[in-house]
Amino acid sequence: MDCKSSETVVGPRSEDRLPASAAAAVKIVIVGGFGVGKTTLVRSVSEIRPLTTEETMTQASAGVDDTAGVERKTATTVAMDFGRISLSDELVLYLFGTPGQQRFWFLWNGLFDGALGAVVLVDTRRLEVSFDVIGRLEEAGVPFVVAVNTFPDATSYPTEELRAALDLPEKVPIVECDARLRESSRDVLISLMRYLRSHALAPEPM
Amino acid sequence: MNDSDEEWDEGTPERLYVITGGRVDSSDRAGLDLVTLIVARQDPQVGMQPELASILRVCRSPLSVAEISAYLVLPPSLISVLLTDLLADGRVEARTPDPSLPDIALIEAVIHGLQKL
Repeated sequence: MDCKSSETVVGPRSEDRLPASAAAAVKIVIVGGFGVGKTTLVRSVSEIRPLTTEETMTQASAGVDDTAGVERKTATTVAMDFGRISLSDELVLYLFGTPGQQRFWFLWNGLFDGALGAVVLVDTRRLEVSFDVIGRLEEAGVPFVVAVNTFPDATSYPTEELRAALDLPEKVPIVECDARLRESSRDVLISLMRYLRSHALAPEPM
Repeated sequence: MNDSDEEWDEGTPERLYVITGGRVDSSDRAGLDLVTLIVARQDPQVGMQPELASILRVCRSPLSVAEISAYLVLPPSLISVLLTDLLADGRVEARTPDPSLPDIALIEAVIHGLQKL
């Protein structure tokens, strides 16, 4: 008796369904430059195969391609991969990461609102791509930790050198991880949560 | 994006406009977040708008706005508009995250859950 077109929508597989008792969900955003392993990290800890949601954003285009000086609107589609972890029968954690174009994330209405915090995933071979995202998180007041994804051919740097290079305050944790590994990725999330806990116990501007 | 249908691309503004009847994102009003959990309170009805029927079908068990968006292949902003209607009619229930800042109990619960992984 259902509409034909709605029948074509495939919902979650039975093993991907949340229990009826699921009462609240929280989110953490995984940010970082292109190709740094955000989706890899999401995939390695998620209980579901990562899903993709796409938002279309419009913004007034800058004057560069605008010879007549007429303000035009450009539409950009931003894709976000996300995964899920059931923390208990009632509490669910969602992890959002995206394959690239991080400058658009901050236009995504509500992505960071209400987020517990963020993980900035960095590749030491391309530290410079992390500057912009760290600056934006600081501006937005989103608490974050920095996780160094240890690529096999990347040089390992002392934490304090990275801290100086990224111009990070002393209180922001820097951890190493292998985003391909479930436990290692999980530990990054735990580092973020412990950082949030220490802040909740001894509030000061993050 | 979607390479299946050039004529009627999933993401074209025209299609999205038709689905929402031209309304814009009202998620702020409804207090809907990407991770608000939605649960259907009734089965799809005959003659219901297909997208609404699909939401009721996939939400037989709790599902986040982000997941609904992924399964229906529609932007979260549009899903929020549709959910606002369903919420107003009492056809779905929304389980919203606590709007207050993360308190220590919630943080502890998340740490505890992660440690069990």
